[in-house]
Amino acid sequence: MKQYVIIGNGVAAAGCIEGIRSVDSEGAITVVSKENHAVYCRPLISYYLQGKTDLQRMNYRSSDFYETMNCRVLYGKEAIKIDSAANHVLLNDGTTLPCDRVCIATGSSPFVPAFAGLETVEKKFSFMTIDDTLALEQAVNANSHVLIVGAGLIGLKCAEGLRDRVASITVCDLADRILSSILDKECAAVMQKHLEENGIRFMLGDSAERFEGNTAVMKSGKRVVFDVLVLAVGVRANTDLAKALGAEVNRGIIVDSHMQTTSPHIYAAGDCTEGEDISLGKRRVLALLPNAYMQGHCAGVNMAGGSAVFNKAIAMNSIGFFGLHAMTAGCYFSGEEGGEMYEQTGDGTLKRLFTKDGLLTGFILIGNVDRAGIYTSLIREKTNLDTIDFEMLKKVTTMAAFSGKSRREKLGGVV
Amino acid sequence: MKRVYVNEQWCLGCHLCEYNCAFANSGEADMVKALKGKPIYPRIKVEGTELVNFAVSCRHCTDPMCVKSCIAGALSKHDGAVCIDHSKCVGCFTCILVCPYGALSQGETGAIQKCELCLENACGEPACVKGCPNGAIVYEERDTL
Amino acid sequence: MSVDFIYPEFEVVRNDSRCIACRVCERQCANEVHSFDPKQGSILSDERKCVNCQRCVSLCPTRALKIVKSNCTLRENANWKDDTIKEVYKQAASGGVLLSSMGNPKEFPVYWDKILINASQVTNPSIDPLREPMETRVFLGKKPDRITRDQNGNIRCKLPPQLELSMPVMFSAMSYGSISYNAHASLARAATELGICYNTGEGGLHEDFYAYGPNTIVQVASGRFGVHKDYLDAGAAIEIKMGQGAKPGIGGHLPGAKIIGDVSRTRMVPEGSDAISPAPHHDIYSIEDLRQLVYSLKEATQYQKPIIVKVAAVHNIAAIASGVARSGADIIAIDGFRGGTGAAPTRIRDNVGIPIELALAAVDQRLRDEGIRNNVSLVAGGSIRCASDVVKAIALGADACYIATAALLALGCHLCRTCQSGKCNWGIATQRPELVKRLNPDMGAQRLVNLLTAWKHEIKELLGGMGINSIEALKGNRLMLRGIGLNEKELEILGISHAGE
Repeated sequence: MKQYVIIGNGVAAAGCIEGIRSVDSEGAITVVSKENHAVYCRPLISYYLQGKTDLQRMNYRSSDFYETMNCRVLYGKEAIKIDSAANHVLLNDGTTLPCDRVCIATGSSPFVPAFAGLETVEKKFSFMTIDDTLALEQAVNANSHVLIVGAGLIGLKCAEGLRDRVASITVCDLADRILSSILDKECAAVMQKHLEENGIRFMLGDSAERFEGNTAVMKSGKRVVFDVLVLAVGVRANTDLAKALGAEVNRGIIVDSHMQTTSPHIYAAGDCTEGEDISLGKRRVLALLPNAYMQGHCAGVNMAGGSAVFNKAIAMNSIGFFGLHAMTAGCYFSGEEGGEMYEQTGDGTLKRLFTKDGLLTGFILIGNVDRAGIYTSLIREKTNLDTIDFEMLKKVTTMAAFSGKSRREKLGGVV
Repeated sequence: MKRVYVNEQWCLGCHLCEYNCAFANSGEADMVKALKGKPIYPRIKVEGTELVNFAVSCRHCTDPMCVKSCIAGALSKHDGAVCIDHSKCVGCFTCILVCPYGALSQGETGAIQKCELCLENACGEPACVKGCPNGAIVYEERDTL
Repeated sequence: MSVDFIYPEFEVVRNDSRCIACRVCERQCANEVHSFDPKQGSILSDERKCVNCQRCVSLCPTRALKIVKSNCTLRENANWKDDTIKEVYKQAASGGVLLSSMGNPKEFPVYWDKILINASQVTNPSIDPLREPMETRVFLGKKPDRITRDQNGNIRCKLPPQLELSMPVMFSAMSYGSISYNAHASLARAATELGICYNTGEGGLHEDFYAYGPNTIVQVASGRFGVHKDYLDAGAAIEIKMGQGAKPGIGGHLPGAKIIGDVSRTRMVPEGSDAISPAPHHDIYSIEDLRQLVYSLKEATQYQKPIIVKVAAVHNIAAIASGVARSGADIIAIDGFRGGTGAAPTRIRDNVGIPIELALAAVDQRLRDEGIRNNVSLVAGGSIRCASDVVKAIALGADACYIATAALLALGCHLCRTCQSGKCNWGIATQRPELVKRLNPDMGAQRLVNLLTAWKHEIKELLGGMGINSIEALKGNRLMLRGIGLNEKELEILGISHAGE
């Protein structure tokens, strides 16, 4: 009977469990969970603040999930070392777990720059976990003035979640635009305007330099008074275990298309990994939920002796604020890089499609996101745009743009 | 497993399937009461050009991207069918972003909706199939390609 | 408005409390009666364009639509009826011959409805077709007058070619061109499944349908369109069309606009040129000439296939049939004046020819009188509407019946009688691809099979009631019929007694 140890208890871990069990119903699975919560999906925490979900419904799987999957979960434990020679994992309480296969699914942690005077701030939070969220919820009230450092996905989702609970929200970011990792300048402006209309204040191209109690002193010299500080500057992949093991690590743990690290029998999945982004043609950390699950599942299948490949990773995000949705995927190559862009604007909508070498490499949709997956699949499948009616597809996402034969194959069989 | 398939040779683009779908999932006993004077939210969509029409609904993939991508664990497979727990859906639309067929859409309440083969409503069999005037939509078992 | 104005014949009645503005009616009407008004969010209807084909009514999911006859009333009288007056207006405006479709709609007597069928009581037992065998099979073709033996005393069994049918009904001629590919596919598949025959009409045989050859009658008409060796070889029988009940004495005209693509290829007529079938066969001016064509076709097909000669029921039909029976033809098909058409001059359709009931009785009697009834089988067509019409036709002397209008109804036709427009909303009498696809042959064939399966049951029930267990035993058995409300002359021609006699 194989012994599996999964370090981490997020969505990649859940994928890994389901992957293992799709092949091996016998082996012993032990999950090492730092958080005292059954698996949940971290992006839900902003929806929790908005009241769109609650702690019960946030559970990623049903309450009998671990039982059904025949898994042991060690809550509140941390793995501190993987001894691959001795085939065991050492925990922070000194116990060891025997293992044949290990999956590192440790995710990422908030990156907190060394702000001067940060220690003088009374109410400061990260926004990653349920515990962060519950603490933040306790700290705010209708009179709170919140300063969020970081106008990325986490910072802005936090802003959306808090908006109806507090008096004011200011978001600052050193970048000159919001969501700089996924939106280009014009698209970012559209989203920013919408967020501003919904009461979020921005200070862009400017960020906190130091803190003096409840005042942030900005790089520009401006001073922002706040009650509650949320630090959402960025995240870093948790790679220490892999590093210590001697596995290759860059910004994330390097994995191949089987989710195997460079150390034998050690796999990794989720936000802690760095794998190939097929739209970019390079390795990068893709801290995205769909990838986490699919990587986890792939790792699980391979750990259990099955054969699975995950080689279709691309960056993609679906994100909405106050009713305005944006979807992005892939890469946006500029003209200098040989890319081309098609743009379509409409009533409150914006669409940008990025192509290069006869392939769709990326897109940004704001407002109308209907059937965006058709575009996503073109990127993932690297569909040659000459084989479809891309002119039609530019205007409207429809299966009609595919040739009759390929459409009948796609829709007419078992998929 | 039985799935809903559309034979585009016989699809007239009449859009009746969309109305039958919206009606079947409305919980109302009368179509007029269910649909009159409001936008409809069908889980099957007629698409096409001047020459060809077809309707698209959930393919109930063997390996569904939407289920794997759902951040809330609201989508799952039961007996082969991809089902949605509306109470868990937070409306992040990640499933819309990943479904290669465009088969999921935003429902009336803001949560995602998709074809559940009329297993969850009073219709008992897919309403789109039952109501197709030209036999273009079928509910049948097909072999894996 | 001007003197030309004719108030629309139909009114589209929309129940706004039920209409959900789904726009199905708008999408389904090739006549563009319905349109969506985005400002009002409602549907408008222009009844001037409505032909009352009922497509929108049938597909409206909330039953919000109905079409009613307009009650805008001309000052008609028994002599100047509404139709008659309007036709004058139309011709005064256009100067043209009026065209119509489907069969004669006028109030001529329908003799089928004045004939009643017998049943057994007490002195002879009726038969329960669910418990006892009942033969509905018929064989069409020349039959020997008497049994003959060879020198060894064995019966000579070799018969001239016969057309075997599982029941005495066939689909009569409708050309590919006048009806759609899918209509033909439906007829061909249904005929094959039922073990009967359908008929190509004068449109040739599409290459896709050669597979149904054993259940196909291929027609040779005055235009000879689509006729070639393979075509003749493909069919189970060959029909020479001399006339058609709806338009005796005149030919046909398929406009060049409809001669496109497959229709052009199948007819062997260049695209865009009119396909004109002459009124007569220009090589047939006598029975002797007809005999030449009959034997040419037999020769071309190695005497393997029965030859049908189809004639319209006209005044001297008995004498004509007598001649045809001597021409070498194996089967005579007689088409009554109520038979349908894709397009005919209104005046001809409504005024030329005679009822099939009288023609059939007269022909059967004449051939018997002349001792040549076994030379040919008789097929009666021209508005056979139901199983009892079939039974009555057989008792009057038919070997089998041709049906077409009933078959089209089964395919969805609502008898709007505007086939000539080419915009058939049911996908039958049209070549427009977006309309043709409305007839799914899977459904069409099944509905035809259903219809004739039902008729077969009814025929068996009627036969059983009479104590008869085969079609053969009913053939020409006029004792099984009685007339009602008929005069002496009509009874004499029909060869039946009055009810009560």
